[in-house]
Amino acid sequence: MKIHEYQARQILADAGIPVPPAEVVRSADEAAAAFEKFGGGMCVVKAQVYAGGRGKAGFVKLVKSADEARQAAQFMLSNRMVSYQTGPEGVPVSVLIVAPGVDIAKEYYLGITIDRARHTATLIASAEGGVEIEEVAKKSPEKVIKEPLHPLLGLQGYQAREIAYRLGFEGKLAGAAAKLMANLAKVFLETDASLAEINPLVVTKQGELLAIDAKINFDDNALFRHGTIAQMADESQEKPLDVRAKKANLNYIALDGNIGCLVNGAGLAMATMDIVKLHGAEPANFLDVGGGVTAEGAIEAFRIILSDPKVKGILVNIFGGIAKCDLIAEALVKAGREVGFKVPVVVRLEGTNVERAREILKAAQSELPTLQPATDLTDAAKKVVAAVAA
Amino acid sequence: MSILVNSSTKVICQGITGSAGAFHTKQCLDYGTKMVGGVTPGKGGQKDANGLPIFDTVRQAVEATGADATMIFVPPPFAADAIMEAADAGIRVIVAITEGIPVLDMVKVKAFLKDRPNSVLIGPNCPGVITPGECKIGIMPGYIHLPPKDAKSGKSVGIISRSGTLTYEAVWQCASRGIGQTTAVGIGGDPVKGLNYIELLEMFNNDPQTDAIILIGEIGGTDEETAAAYIKQHVNKPVVAFIAGRTAPPGKRMGHAGAIISGGEGTAESKINALTAAGITVAESPATIGEAMAKVLGV
Repeated sequence: MKIHEYQARQILADAGIPVPPAEVVRSADEAAAAFEKFGGGMCVVKAQVYAGGRGKAGFVKLVKSADEARQAAQFMLSNRMVSYQTGPEGVPVSVLIVAPGVDIAKEYYLGITIDRARHTATLIASAEGGVEIEEVAKKSPEKVIKEPLHPLLGLQGYQAREIAYRLGFEGKLAGAAAKLMANLAKVFLETDASLAEINPLVVTKQGELLAIDAKINFDDNALFRHGTIAQMADESQEKPLDVRAKKANLNYIALDGNIGCLVNGAGLAMATMDIVKLHGAEPANFLDVGGGVTAEGAIEAFRIILSDPKVKGILVNIFGGIAKCDLIAEALVKAGREVGFKVPVVVRLEGTNVERAREILKAAQSELPTLQPATDLTDAAKKVVAAVAA
Repeated sequence: MSILVNSSTKVICQGITGSAGAFHTKQCLDYGTKMVGGVTPGKGGQKDANGLPIFDTVRQAVEATGADATMIFVPPPFAADAIMEAADAGIRVIVAITEGIPVLDMVKVKAFLKDRPNSVLIGPNCPGVITPGECKIGIMPGYIHLPPKDAKSGKSVGIISRSGTLTYEAVWQCASRGIGQTTAVGIGGDPVKGLNYIELLEMFNNDPQTDAIILIGEIGGTDEETAAAYIKQHVNKPVVAFIAGRTAPPGKRMGHAGAIISGGEGTAESKINALTAAGITVAESPATIGEAMAKVLGV
């Protein structure tokens, strides 16, 4: 789960990490007032959106007067932000932050995420901050420090001090940087984060250490024990279909093609997309109904796929294990009755309760004329691609 | 021969009174697995619908039944605890089916298991392990598998997969070509998990009945790249691989916590290149895994 920058800043500040002052505003007037409050120097107005690419889209603006602050805020609050991450429809903006400019002497990168190979959280630090850390890691891996957190004890004081000195901090600043890292590690572990990132962490010309931009993502599987965090979710930042899918416990991602896919299992769902492409067409979505799928969930899956106007055909690929084929078949028939299949629906079923599933589909064939059974995966892919091309 | 489990493996189910636990306990019994009991705290002393004894703790179950394997269906908030309980009671093969365990819980479990080298964990978020004709621990449909003794080709393979349903796909394609399976292991798609490719490659490489190995991977992480390097150095049996997610757009999370591409790391291309460079046959389509294996085995 993602949260907004202003919420991440608050979580860091609560953990004792120095975050520069900022006002959270929701109107152009409030933005102008915030500018005045900071003494009328230079300020930055930043739109609060989950998607990246804000700067290029014009949703991060330096302003030198209250009027400029008002205009920038007005623009951001009355336009959807469109970037390479949002798709052409963009995302709405309802919250901004206004923060006074900071005299930056040097920028650093700090982040914590799970290192799969080491089976534990790992702190990543670099004296090359303010840029894409992936780029630094690719071009000059020696400039990126990776330090694993102890799986039970977290980041130890000596580790934080060592990293601080390796980053080139000296004197009092080294102590402050070590403390900041320890606090960041604490935030990561206590909130079940999947990513906690400060980029950039800066030293100002006045010799102060400050977390300028903050990003925290959380492990969806752990939200059950973090009620306050779960409440921070901003559905307006996600595509409406994604929100619906999440509510039905479906893993759904909209893509650009015209063949809707309904599959059980993430691996098989990806492989189904791959085979559609291999036969010359493009998948309209990734959809994994999951193992514990219910009849309602499966019907909602069909509704979601069919609500995408690009979809010209559907490929259902179920290899039943924990998910039962007959349940999917019943849901398919019910969904067909409810919404009507105007497009071809090619169905490939195998696994748990498949015999019963085949009977259900056979009985419903006359009622759902666009239904086509397939014998195996290649047959299914060929049939759906041919049906859509016709 | 097989790896990990066989006809004498005694299995309990943790979470036997839940709907999934009860359903799959019955399925495993029907397949022929030696299910000897189950655990649900607070229901000790009762019997399940199949007449299997239910215990309050894993330790009690082990003492009473001699169980050496467990199948865990405990809900995510309590699953890490259930895994550690099983290891501490001396269970040798721990199969965690549960999907949705918090990653940091698994980080702690991994550290806990380090001190208990006699226990191996499979999963979580996996279909389980099956030695066809002998022992099924998990949610895979049993009938698709082909025991080596019934394999018309005379050849059998070991299967290691990060994806549950793709494992079934590979099993089915092999079985329908008369290629048996010694053991099939779904290792699960979570970022922090139990057994990984390398441990299982070693076991299959040492298993005299396994003629070849199928490795199924997907985008995200670098486990397949590491496995490729290991195969090149240590595995003297043919390996066929498939990687799911060639068409996944970068930066999108495809369901499994595992399947995230970041930077250039963990793309399908990088994995396929590493595997090909190690002399491994990589199937182009998920529908041609069995065909590729048949070709490699000359059957």
